[in-house]
Amino acid sequence: MIRLLAAGLVALALAGSALAADPPRQADLEAEIVCPTCKTTLDQSSSPIAARMKSYIRARIAAGDSAAQIKAQLVDQFGPAVLAEPPKRGFDLLAWLLPLAALGLGIVVVGALAWTWSRRRDTDVDPPDAELDPDLERRVDEELARYED
Amino acid sequence: MTGRARTVGQIFAIGAVALLLGLLVWKLAHNSGGVADDLAKGKHPAAPAFELSRLDPADGKVSLADLKGKPVIVNFWASWCIPCKDEAPALQKTYEKYRAQGLTVLGIDAQDFRGDAKRFAKRYGVTYPVVYDGSGSTLGKWGVTGFPETFFVDRSGRLVGERIQGGIDTERNKAAYLKGIQAALGNPQ
Repeated sequence: MIRLLAAGLVALALAGSALAADPPRQADLEAEIVCPTCKTTLDQSSSPIAARMKSYIRARIAAGDSAAQIKAQLVDQFGPAVLAEPPKRGFDLLAWLLPLAALGLGIVVVGALAWTWSRRRDTDVDPPDAELDPDLERRVDEELARYED
Repeated sequence: MTGRARTVGQIFAIGAVALLLGLLVWKLAHNSGGVADDLAKGKHPAAPAFELSRLDPADGKVSLADLKGKPVIVNFWASWCIPCKDEAPALQKTYEKYRAQGLTVLGIDAQDFRGDAKRFAKRYGVTYPVVYDGSGSTLGKWGVTGFPETFFVDRSGRLVGERIQGGIDTERNKAAYLKGIQAALGNPQ
């Protein structure tokens, strides 16, 4: 049984490494790289430099480079703005964090407003078990007694 | 809503609007046509400074400050640009003809593969200095909107003549090109 489990784990590990070694797809990279002249992703551009970058990517994939290596080479040539998604480090990290911060702030503001409104409603309505004014209670009793008669 | 919550909400809304307005103003201020706009209005702005590596990084860097005191033709190009191929021999001829008078041609290869630019320079026999600006960091300050574009800088580092959009040796641009050379040299026209 233990041998069987071990064999399964080894098979899974091998499958994982085989998947990791898969060559990058041209279409994926074209959607992740921006044409420097037209500022759209390569798959949306037919400009001369976009065509040249597509052929460069094709050649690098054929040469066995990984997606990360190809992106690094393009950043080296054209700068970090060539990446459709900013890297998740340094100043560019702000591009990822600010929307999350804005979302969090929005949730806090909406929550605070909802809490304020619910508190106001609580204070506007008397609690059901509040004691009646003794005079009012006496009058209610008298009225009820009249109906009972 | 309590008075305090309302005040906080108003401050938050005003702050958000002010932030958006600030971003709009910043974007408008930084989205101008660079020095090319001033040149088109007849002004002679200082040529925007830069320091870029040569096509072969081992050859070091070139800055515009290094060329101060010299008239310079600054030519923005890319290897994938067809009119750039057509004008390269004419630029090389200009460099050879006016070199003795102190004029230099400086090519700025932008938004291009460095290797492609090297092959281009070799193929067209370019011997004037060429620097590499892959990210196009200089284009905004100069107001470059396409390739090729050519500017003329006089000995004091100010832009003179006209900005030439398109090939320098076309019928449309030839006269402005020759005038620009004379203006950069400081010759009366």
